[in-house]
Amino acid sequence: MASETIAITGAGGITRPISERLHDWVVTVDHKKLGILYIIYALFFFVVAGIEAAVIRIQLIVPHNHFVSPEVFNRMMTMHGTTMIFFMVMPVLFGFGTYLIPLMIGARDMAFPRLNAFSFWMTAFGGLLLYFSFVGGNGLYGAGNAPDVGWWAYAPLTSRAFSVGHSTDFWTLALLVSGVGSIGTAVNFITTILCMRCPGMTLGKMPLLAWLNLVMGGMVILAVSPLTAAQAMLCIDRYLGGHFFDTQAGGSAVLWMHFFWIFGHPEVYVLVIPAFAFLSEIVPVFSRKPIFGYPVMVAATVCIGFVSLSVWAHHMFTVGMNSYANSFFTITTMAVGVPTGIKIFNWLGTMWGGKIQFRAPMLFCIGFLFQFLIAGLTGIMLGASPFNWQLSGSYFVVAHFHYVIVGGIVFALFAAFYYWYPKMTGRMYNEVLAKCHFWLFLIGFHMTFDFMHIPGILGMPRRIYTYEPGRGWEIWNLIVTIGAFVQAAGVLVFIVNLLWSLLKGEPAGNDPWDAWTLEWSTTSPPPEYDFATIPVVRSRRPLWDLKHPEDPDWKYE
Amino acid sequence: MSKIAGIGVLIAGFLLAARLCFGGPADPSQIPSIFKPQSTPADSIFRLSMLVLTITGAIFAVVFSLLVYAISKYRRRGDDDGREPPQVYGSNQVELAWTVIPVLIVLVLFLITARVIHSIQDAPQPPGAIEVVAIGHQFWWEFRYPALGVVTANELHVPVSNPSHPTPTFMTLSSADTDHSFWVPRLAGKTDLIPNRINHMWIEPHETGLYVGQCAQYCGTQHAKMLLRVYVDSPGQFDRWVQEQKGPALVSGSVEQGRQVFETTACVNCHAISGTVADGRFGPDLTHLMSRDTIASGAAPNTPEQLKLWIRNPDAIKPGSLMPAMQLSEKDLDALTAYLETLR
Amino acid sequence: MSSVAVASTRTEHERVLPSRGRVGMFSLIAAESAIFTIFVVAYIFYIGKSLSGPMPKDVLETPIFNTICLLSSSLTIHLAVRALRSARVNAFGLWWFVTMVLGTIFLVGTGREWWHLIFGKGLTISTNLFGTTYYSLVGLHAFHVTVGLIGIVLAMIFTLLGKVEPVHCERVDVFSMYWHFVDAVWVVVFTVVYVIGR
Repeated sequence: MASETIAITGAGGITRPISERLHDWVVTVDHKKLGILYIIYALFFFVVAGIEAAVIRIQLIVPHNHFVSPEVFNRMMTMHGTTMIFFMVMPVLFGFGTYLIPLMIGARDMAFPRLNAFSFWMTAFGGLLLYFSFVGGNGLYGAGNAPDVGWWAYAPLTSRAFSVGHSTDFWTLALLVSGVGSIGTAVNFITTILCMRCPGMTLGKMPLLAWLNLVMGGMVILAVSPLTAAQAMLCIDRYLGGHFFDTQAGGSAVLWMHFFWIFGHPEVYVLVIPAFAFLSEIVPVFSRKPIFGYPVMVAATVCIGFVSLSVWAHHMFTVGMNSYANSFFTITTMAVGVPTGIKIFNWLGTMWGGKIQFRAPMLFCIGFLFQFLIAGLTGIMLGASPFNWQLSGSYFVVAHFHYVIVGGIVFALFAAFYYWYPKMTGRMYNEVLAKCHFWLFLIGFHMTFDFMHIPGILGMPRRIYTYEPGRGWEIWNLIVTIGAFVQAAGVLVFIVNLLWSLLKGEPAGNDPWDAWTLEWSTTSPPPEYDFATIPVVRSRRPLWDLKHPEDPDWKYE
Repeated sequence: MSKIAGIGVLIAGFLLAARLCFGGPADPSQIPSIFKPQSTPADSIFRLSMLVLTITGAIFAVVFSLLVYAISKYRRRGDDDGREPPQVYGSNQVELAWTVIPVLIVLVLFLITARVIHSIQDAPQPPGAIEVVAIGHQFWWEFRYPALGVVTANELHVPVSNPSHPTPTFMTLSSADTDHSFWVPRLAGKTDLIPNRINHMWIEPHETGLYVGQCAQYCGTQHAKMLLRVYVDSPGQFDRWVQEQKGPALVSGSVEQGRQVFETTACVNCHAISGTVADGRFGPDLTHLMSRDTIASGAAPNTPEQLKLWIRNPDAIKPGSLMPAMQLSEKDLDALTAYLETLR
Repeated sequence: MSSVAVASTRTEHERVLPSRGRVGMFSLIAAESAIFTIFVVAYIFYIGKSLSGPMPKDVLETPIFNTICLLSSSLTIHLAVRALRSARVNAFGLWWFVTMVLGTIFLVGTGREWWHLIFGKGLTISTNLFGTTYYSLVGLHAFHVTVGLIGIVLAMIFTLLGKVEPVHCERVDVFSMYWHFVDAVWVVVFTVVYVIGR
């Protein structure tokens, strides 16, 4: 179907000066521009945190290596984790959500456009504040004053006594600031999805991406707030002489752990649920079938949202909780695997009986399915508390969560990039380069993260800047490091593709994938107002209904 | 197709890994594999882990096969007619089945796991148990045997346990500064050492030998070199060791000058040598320093050259440790080292 | 270019979506509740665990008057919103003013209580666990009262300038949700600090 646009006189034709166009981007409240700003911001930090990972892996390629000092290594490992989670994955997911949600629910913008802009700039400032730590203090020498307490910042290591200088403060304040941004974005997502759906789009008819971002928004509200509170307490300890986590004054180090992981565990679901959303939009289109079991997908996600709030202490199985507490968190952790596993089956059910097209977005989705399955199963292993007593704090855990975040979330992100790139830019990406990216990244990923499980089993703890020879860890670390560089090559191809296609890609048209949700009814890229007339829908796949008037979805839903 | 080849490489890799995990090279005790347990709690965990791996492996095999089948059978063929496939929206029976089965699996897994949790955490302490108090420091381990009157550091000696007359070692754990974690994989799962908190763990080794491990909770700059050596001795060896450790420091006239250096410089602020005026608690007890194979919590072998280097320039061995460079003259350093060499 | 493919005439559904302001404010209140919950949990966890220094029963006096003022302000703000909704702008202005006064009394009362605790009883945020958790929790609440009061003062200024009209009742109602939340938090804080904790 053709899109509807209203010609705005005087808008096109004349090329405005670059300063004006840049100014547009800085002051914009348009959800599409803000979405793209989030995404570009995240891509930048993806590269930066990737470099930090490369430094880590080079240092660990052989035992007793001297590539960097322990101080620098500890700053690298802290910054790598903190950056990837707070300034790469969260912003990029917020970016996709901000861009897509209004388009997919038939709205013209988010509920609170100015809050949208404010949230982005708070997040952006947080990242800059965190990275300023490199040049504060010692300057770049010795990696400056960058935080080195690990991304969980356990007490009392973060107290003034053990963290001298301001490195910990950079961590705390940067995350406090970006946390405000995250909560603002969550408020915006929830309000937009609940209040601005187009006529006919009941909650049961909105795209799964909208549902999953709604659940994600709720989880951000409930999970990021405890982190904010805990960080405020840490600031009170460090600067006002408070004793929240001061063990010398009777305070509890374990209390910080509880507060942090009450944030930390739901946080990983905040990261993965939007990835599920991408799968739920992309797999149907490339299987040429609707999502299998829409109602259960919604129910499972809501279930995950609730249950994930009760599993946090599986990060604390080794701190000496009693056997009843350990048993409780074991059952909840295993329980949350059920709705999560069900989703894999539903995606499988979507592909079953379909006509699968192996374009780049689908290749990455298939990678996700295999890898997320494995990640979930190693998660079940880690959920068995006694097994956890051996595996926690080791490279097995590092392998597990990278399997989820890289093998799962990053693969889903690449799928989303390729899928919506035509819509956002109006150009098709280069399919050959994309497949090259896929294979390089897939091979590198498995080289690194499959073999990373083994040093964990052989007793190698995490967060160590070097290790002893003769413990059987050398060969695995070597393979892991090489894999990291193969992945880097894949990412390089990806970035080249993004840039090259921007200039030379074929015009995409409104609907290059023959898809079914509302964003494909606009031009590529969409006009500033998104929809000339607000659409009215009757089913979950409005464009399917239009393309197949003899067999519309609303007859079956 | 290359996907299959890739999967083949993966499987080969895992088999190789398994061989190495289970096969073991020449000195197996130096590989702290969780799959080569030599102590009761580690054995329980190993058995549980094999069960968990079997169940998760089976789930993996089933779902993996279904995925591979789906992407090969339902791919769009070259001769496709361009029509959309039948639009299926769901199936209540199928969805019920794949909800109920995982719930049952989870239930079974949980019940088995809960039993192991209780059997390890709530194990009663038998009368013959050795009691050890372990205090974590940045970046060394303090070990005290209150009932036996022994204080040592970094290298733990315990007796092997005989099933007919069990002598496990029950440990009480805490920390003097930040969080640490005691992990010797072949002997037990790890337990954290947390300031202002008392934790408990136990080991019950079946075979004599040396078991290595290290701190497993990031505790600061030199977390990586807070190594552990647990010597599981025969009962006779253990008794001899206890006797040697209980006594005060050996006195030797020839190293009087070195002793003077020790007792008149800042050494005594941090270190204790039983039977002398030195009673510092901040650093390891040195009364029987020469009974240890390593110094600096495993970071260097216990040789005169390394000892001298440690005192002259700790950063050369463990940069960021809390041992200061003592700024001694070479003469004093030689004398001091000679004295320390007598502390057997 | 005109073609209209997706039907654009609004037929059918009587459906009322919730107002954006309300949903947004609910979400914000949920986030703030989570933050307060963590501070309350810390307070409760540390009851009786201070190693030294003044204990709650030694120094705390129950702020009954303050509490009555703050909780009454919930009633008065509700009356103000009702007045505006039925277009009685002057009544709105009056009740809004009373709300402002009651909120100010609460803040001043808290300030006086703290003065007495710090200089009279020697309890500061760094004295012991009780001091840390007390000032943090009560302070966080007072901070929220302050933010609310700033909003109330701004609205008061707009009212005095004659800019507030009945059509604004929705916005004022959304703001009052925040104020009710602040009062509800005080009920919890009061119970935990002055009843349970003593």
